[in-house]
Amino acid sequence: MNGISSSGNSNNRKADNMTYEELLASEANKNSNLYVLTAENRAAIRNLHTVMKDRFIDVGIAEQTMIGLAAGLAARGRRPVVHALSAFLTMRAFEFIRSTAGLPNLPVVLVGAIPGFLSEANGPTHQAIEDIALMRMIPGMQVFAPSSNDELLESMRLALAADTPSYIRFFAGDAPLEKPIYGSVPEGCWYSEGTDITLITTGFLLHETFKAKALLENTGKSVGILSLPQLSPAPAKAVLKALQSSKKIVAIEDHFETGGLSSIVREVFAENSSLIKIPQPVIHCISLKTKWFEPLLLPDVLEHEGFTGKKLAERILKNE
Amino acid sequence: MTNERLKKLQKHALAARRTVISMATGGGCFVGASLSCTDLFISLYFSEANINPNNKKNPDRDYVLLSKGHAVPAWYAVLAEAGFFDRNLLKDYMKPGSHLYLHPNTHIPGIEFHAGSLGQTLAVAAGIAYDQKVSDNTGRVFVILGDGELNEGSIWETLLFIAAKKLNNLVIIIDRNELQANFTTEEVIPIEPIPDKFTAFGFSCLETDGHDFEKLEEAFALARGSEKPAVIIAKTVRGKGIPGIERRADKWFMQVTEHERDQLIRELEQQESR
Repeated sequence: MNGISSSGNSNNRKADNMTYEELLASEANKNSNLYVLTAENRAAIRNLHTVMKDRFIDVGIAEQTMIGLAAGLAARGRRPVVHALSAFLTMRAFEFIRSTAGLPNLPVVLVGAIPGFLSEANGPTHQAIEDIALMRMIPGMQVFAPSSNDELLESMRLALAADTPSYIRFFAGDAPLEKPIYGSVPEGCWYSEGTDITLITTGFLLHETFKAKALLENTGKSVGILSLPQLSPAPAKAVLKALQSSKKIVAIEDHFETGGLSSIVREVFAENSSLIKIPQPVIHCISLKTKWFEPLLLPDVLEHEGFTGKKLAERILKNE
Repeated sequence: MTNERLKKLQKHALAARRTVISMATGGGCFVGASLSCTDLFISLYFSEANINPNNKKNPDRDYVLLSKGHAVPAWYAVLAEAGFFDRNLLKDYMKPGSHLYLHPNTHIPGIEFHAGSLGQTLAVAAGIAYDQKVSDNTGRVFVILGDGELNEGSIWETLLFIAAKKLNNLVIIIDRNELQANFTTEEVIPIEPIPDKFTAFGFSCLETDGHDFEKLEEAFALARGSEKPAVIIAKTVRGKGIPGIERRADKWFMQVTEHERDQLIRELEQQESR
């Protein structure tokens, strides 16, 4: 599981980069409008209060109040970053997000910790696997699911520069060894192009997707990888390009099949069908179908749910 | 309070009530709920709150927020009385593009935050009050809550926060008319004793007559000097000013003809002249 840390402890420092907490501290030093709020989820921001003082607010276990406060701060021209567990941030406080921050389109940055499979053995109450769908429903909300600490910082910078609200799935693991051949966080990152299969993924599953690619290539397939660290606005151009260049498209996500990456791929396909040559590609969605995932440690979740590189390759070949 | 000032407040309150009733024609509005808190708005805009059309960008200004958003006709009417906009604009109520509908929004001059979903605005108010303190602004926040709104759990979690952060620049005003939508509050989910609850939560709790300008002024003065965050339980009457609809659960929302409107205004003016 090299490179994958679900703990949220942002020790994954790159030589030329900083941690999430260091980025927030640095932004707070530059911008006195920055506030950080949390509902007592300090794993990744243990020391921030010493730097930010009164501009760091721990509301206790009160997600709704936290969002209302953030909206009030934003209405005063401040830049609130809200850091809490994805499940409770996006679900307990959904109406507050939608009606106090989303409706007036206030630039509140929501960062959700332990999203998707990263909640590991916590169980279904803690599984945010509908968060992308919920946040994508809110007009003007940008949605990010970075695959590394580098992309997390880039997502944060984009979110902090925007005048609209954003939601970021927190993941501070190492970047894959491979670098994108082209692309960017908002446009999608291409790691390879392939005529047989393009694997489209988002967030930390990129790491397993690389392993799946290697196994698929061993069977003689030409395999592309498109990673989408930003899901809203949907990077439609990149998805369309994938749909136009491969016989098979596989969407890989740790999210329910409705409303997340699988839906985005299908939406882009449906909206652009006339631009995609016949025979049109098969779309295969590897996502969570109708049930929550088995609560286990992350490597075991991936194995049990069929998301290790090996399992992914098998499922893709068998069309499961 | 001088007699002259009292008369001025009463004059604006009467005019505001007339405006509220006028909005009950066409699509209708929450007349009972609005008349209940009209005097609270008058007291804020003409007496206690440091907010007017000329200082609305001043970082030290006060904020007035309405959490029971359906009472917005009272807010519109008093904002017009206070000169934030021309009362004639309200003739476009519920017309496309007017932004004048059943709940408040920031397109209307003087309204700094929208409302509608009960239990949310208190947290927004707390965010503003917190930032005023951190920014060393002298402004305060006044937020009007409904008594029925105290059913919402989010109110109580925000009260914990307000007390924890000692936001004594935030003043909560509860429009205690004892009715929520269709029933009395005590028939639905009893919320008394409200003062005990707020006191236990760390608030300085004041009870007063929500239609008596002098008493309201006294309560606001006490709230101003309070070290703890303050709550004013303003005892009010739903439909206040029109005896025929006062304290009536069925007159929360009203949709009337122009003839009925004129009758209601006559009743209001007769009551006032007594």
